[in-house]
Amino acid sequence: MVFMLIRAGQTAGVLLAAALVSFLLFRFVGDPVNNIVGQGASVEERAATREALGLNDPAIVQFSRFVGRAVQGEFGVSYRFSQPVADLIGQRLPATAELTLAAMLVALGLGVPLGMWTAIKPRGVLTQTLLTLSLIGVALPTFLIGIVLILVFSVWLGWLPAFGRGAVTNLGWWTTGLLTTSGLRALILPALTLGLFQMTLIMRMVRSEMLEILRSDHIRFSRARGLRRPALIYRHAFRNALTPLVTIVGLQFGNVFAFSIVVETVFQWPGLGLLVIQAIQFADVPLLAAYLLLVALTFALINLAVDLVNAVIDPRIRQEAL
Amino acid sequence: MSPALSVNGLTVTLGRHQAAPKVIDDLSFDVGPGEILGMVGESGAGKSLTGQAILGLLDPPLHMAGGRIEVAGERIDGLSETAMRSWRGRRIGAVFQDPMTSLNPLLTIGRQLTETIRTHLPMNAASARERAIRLLSEVGVPAPEERMGAYPHMLSGGMRQRVVLALAFACDPMLVIADEPTTALDVSIQAQIVGLLRRMCRERGASVMLITHDMGVIAECADRVAVLYGGRLAEIGPADTLLREPAHPYTQGLMASIPDMRRRVDMLPQIPGSMPRVGGAPSGCAFHPRCSRATARCRAERPDLVGHGSCLAACWMPGDPSGFRPEATHAG
Ligand SMILES: Nc1ncnc2c1ncn2[C@@H]1O[C@H](COP(=O)(O)OP(=O)(O)OP(=O)(O)O)[C@@H](O)[C@H]1O
Ligand SMILES: [Mg+2]
Repeated sequence: MVFMLIRAGQTAGVLLAAALVSFLLFRFVGDPVNNIVGQGASVEERAATREALGLNDPAIVQFSRFVGRAVQGEFGVSYRFSQPVADLIGQRLPATAELTLAAMLVALGLGVPLGMWTAIKPRGVLTQTLLTLSLIGVALPTFLIGIVLILVFSVWLGWLPAFGRGAVTNLGWWTTGLLTTSGLRALILPALTLGLFQMTLIMRMVRSEMLEILRSDHIRFSRARGLRRPALIYRHAFRNALTPLVTIVGLQFGNVFAFSIVVETVFQWPGLGLLVIQAIQFADVPLLAAYLLLVALTFALINLAVDLVNAVIDPRIRQEAL
Repeated sequence: MSPALSVNGLTVTLGRHQAAPKVIDDLSFDVGPGEILGMVGESGAGKSLTGQAILGLLDPPLHMAGGRIEVAGERIDGLSETAMRSWRGRRIGAVFQDPMTSLNPLLTIGRQLTETIRTHLPMNAASARERAIRLLSEVGVPAPEERMGAYPHMLSGGMRQRVVLALAFACDPMLVIADEPTTALDVSIQAQIVGLLRRMCRERGASVMLITHDMGVIAECADRVAVLYGGRLAEIGPADTLLREPAHPYTQGLMASIPDMRRRVDMLPQIPGSMPRVGGAPSGCAFHPRCSRATARCRAERPDLVGHGSCLAACWMPGDPSGFRPEATHAG
């Protein structure tokens, strides 16, 4: 319980730090007054706007106000789109979230079983092939994989769309591409592109983790107890590989979020990544500040989830936690 | 009645090819029903590998290149992995050295006990649980019912080794291979665990192959003793005779190197020199470079086991320790 409070406190601290960076960006990169009233405004107009925006208040007051608004999801109006930043992000978030989750699903769904296989059959032909292929997967840049996939499956074979999100269904607070065939088809290539690198990473990690655990004393002792192979591999070895796996997957989730910018650009996927690229080009500070906070929030929540899941798996962590 | 364990000509090599170096070379010994055979020898002598070979747990590159292993008259070497599994844990129990790492940290000890029981015996969850609790109380774990739900890290080293013993005896094995069961423990706990092992073995009529560095442990509970040197048997015989009148100069050196029977001896500094490395055995008797009595014959011909009183010793001049003064030796 104390552990949970401490962790929650740490999370809040990290978020506050991110908010500070985000606030400094918002306040000191460019002049917000300029962006609102335009270059031609008179000095009096400027002063009035400055007063109205509260820019003359002490920094700490301004920061508190910024945090207070951020908590309510208010980040002001985008310079470029002249829309509330929260609305813009709300429109784009579902696309990125679905892409990221699908990519992680690909990475885990393939990476874990293949990693297990290569650990259990270390000398098999399939193992050697997979290990070689995975090296290529690690070495190839993500955008190149995307372009090759587009070339093969969209241009040559014409099976799958090369860009866009397909038809989406609006659920009110969320627009999903998962309910239409065209939406699902459009998801395949970007998700593969984004997930492939993670898959090879997870595969190699599961493999080395499993190999190490299979050599450990307690597995030897379990063998000496005559346990059956499935029990040995899943109940004993795999479960012990799970905590490092969960930790890595948590970290990678953040990376996938970051890499999604590349993939969204390649596939013209209408998500946050694409939005942020545009925001950077136009120095759209409110949007960037909000994105920064969102990324920090995502990381913080994932870390919290990793700690919780690991505490469920490992009684030693649980004991420390209580 | 056939012996509980019979090892005949066991040879283990490092690799599978013809010229692969021998880690265990033509090793033969028996363990009688209900008997405790102590196995001693310097680090690297091949004690653990002998135990692993019996359990069928040799991992590549180690390879059982020859010999015959029988448990209660049934041959078990060369069995398929599936067939071997019904021996391990069922009729052959095992105790490893370090109780801190022998148990799976993520499963309760109750779970580890019941899974072992249910793997080998046709029991439902409730009766397996009952048996597990009874086992825990037999090995002296206090409040066994509550301990069923404990994870290994919540128990002390001594308690964990008791749990490991409960696991080894879970399905009433006829043979238990105990590989240095007390080495990793506190001195104050060691005697308790040794006493427990002996009691369990006597009560259940199980035979034990007890690997140890500790001559004190041997003196306390072994019926017979086997001394290994460089993967070969140097001497074997009844504990009282062998400890009193060791026939092989190596055993004599071992005995002389014990300043205090209760103290753990890892190295044997009183015997100068060191055991030959794997594949680097000298000609003749492997021990001759360290032996004060070595003659031309010892350097040229390898001695076979010969009877010396009630013991068997692989030495050309067994017995007669009067001329053997370890501190006067000059290793060559
Ligand atoms: N997996 C392996 N690969 C290569 N050599 C090995 C392997 N396992 C054991 N050996 C060698 O085999 C020899 C016998 O090892 P073993 O573990 O049986 O010794 P031991 O008598 O149990 O020693 P200790 O008292 O240190 O436990 C040693 O020289 C060791 O180096
Ligand atoms: Mg050993």
